[in-house]
Amino acid sequence: MQHWTRTLRPSMTEAGPSSHESAERAAPILAASRLCKQYGSTLAVDDVSFTVAPQEILGLLGPNGAGKTTTINMILGVLAPTSGSIAIDGCDLARRRRQALERTNFAAVYAPLPGNLTVVQNLRVFGMLYAVPSLRARIEEVLTEFDLLRFRNAKCGVLSSGEQTRVALAKAMLNHPRLLLLDEPTASLDPATAREIRASIRDLAARTGVGVLWTSHNMVEVAEVCHRVLFLSRGCILLEGDPRSLPGEHGHATLEDLFVAVAREPLTIRAQEEA
Amino acid sequence: MKTAFARRTLALLLRQFYLLRGSPTRIVPLFAWVAIDIVLWGFITRYLDQVSAARFNFVPAMLGAVLLWDFMARVMQGITTAFLEDVWSRNFLNLFASPLSVAEYLSGLVLSSIATSLIGLVVMVSLATLVFGLSFFVYGAMLAAFLLVLFLFGIALGIFGAALVLRFGPAAEWFIWPIPAFISPLACVFYPLATLPRWMQALARLIPASYVFEGMRGVLLGHRVATIPLAIGSVLSLAYLLLMARAFAGVYRHAVRTGLIARYSAESIT
Repeated sequence: MQHWTRTLRPSMTEAGPSSHESAERAAPILAASRLCKQYGSTLAVDDVSFTVAPQEILGLLGPNGAGKTTTINMILGVLAPTSGSIAIDGCDLARRRRQALERTNFAAVYAPLPGNLTVVQNLRVFGMLYAVPSLRARIEEVLTEFDLLRFRNAKCGVLSSGEQTRVALAKAMLNHPRLLLLDEPTASLDPATAREIRASIRDLAARTGVGVLWTSHNMVEVAEVCHRVLFLSRGCILLEGDPRSLPGEHGHATLEDLFVAVAREPLTIRAQEEA
Repeated sequence: MKTAFARRTLALLLRQFYLLRGSPTRIVPLFAWVAIDIVLWGFITRYLDQVSAARFNFVPAMLGAVLLWDFMARVMQGITTAFLEDVWSRNFLNLFASPLSVAEYLSGLVLSSIATSLIGLVVMVSLATLVFGLSFFVYGAMLAAFLLVLFLFGIALGIFGAALVLRFGPAAEWFIWPIPAFISPLACVFYPLATLPRWMQALARLIPASYVFEGMRGVLLGHRVATIPLAIGSVLSLAYLLLMARAFAGVYRHAVRTGLIARYSAESIT
């Protein structure tokens, strides 16, 4: 862990909420337009539109069952929207799936890499799937970046959940994605490791221009990492804004208080928004 | 683009190689059951040759048939086992959220199957020739055609099995294993097609393997090589292969539409 802390921390200070502002005017890395997903009579995602700009970390928040993972699965191409469209770095996901997904990668606690392969074997297989050039060198880079060198020949299944998360993040970085989807990436990490991961992702966004869609139930983390947040409730976007100013704008002291209000009284929040 | 296709396909072969290399429990089944089959049927045919007054040689007829049938079953299982590795390791989300296409995925499974079924074939051929004196020269050049038809049909059956499991969830794995046994009566492995009642003959003519075993017996009885029936068997195998690949792609699209790929362990999204 210490190694990538040292390598990534110096430029961390350059990354901040303001560093992506010029990039916001650039073409979005992700453009989700009027996304709907219906299961029978249940509308899991209802007319959701948003963009992620280069260098931007967008927090996708909401209570369990709000539609966050459904939205992420649609962006990953493993769930077809009932209607709406998704463009990744200008590539329409429905029409140019391969090109769109070559520019994307993800890490999620519910999608660990196969536990019966070693760290290096997994990275090699997924590096080939993403057609990563100079794969051998790139694997060494991500192993160093995520402090995984000593685990390179360990089977992923025997690693701790925090180490597995770092392997998943290393795999997510392999192809230098333009869009990174992180579904609760720090959920199983200890506070020190989680902090380092947050720092490295912010640094990465600032350095490489990758757009990040981040879900988390840790509101302190969200306020620290995300430039902008979307609150989802019952499949709809309820609120959108800067995680540092949004609670105050809605009469709450913290983002967590706002989250609880959204979870408990989404209709009240919606009425306030409409008013 | 062709290079990327090859890399993604080879990635799946490499994954299978890694799994086999570090796992005796995966390597042994590649040859153990087929070896036992060859030994069992080798002694049965030897006994039949001793007690039978017929001039008919049972070794190439029955032991050869067992070998060819087991080859087809191994090809099928090569596909399904490689597919089930993704089921067992819950890897679908990682795989299908990558740029991997269905064609590349199936190609990777086929490559894996070629590698694993070759191991079984080499062991079977070695045992059958060295221990029981089976000579493949008796089949002549038709052997290549027999193997090709059975290979294509085995691939088609494997993709069918994978599509079943993808559609109905991990528990449907138990549909896969009996598939060869289920179709073996119609494949006429050990008896001529004419032995079957008429309605079963009609069904057997839809099974490509039946043309192979009919052809094999014809060669051994010294009949003229029946190229047209074997050509029908080849066309049928190829047709089934294309049909099953389409079926798999259809099941995949259904899984993406319903969300089953992302929540595969749930078996159904309702």
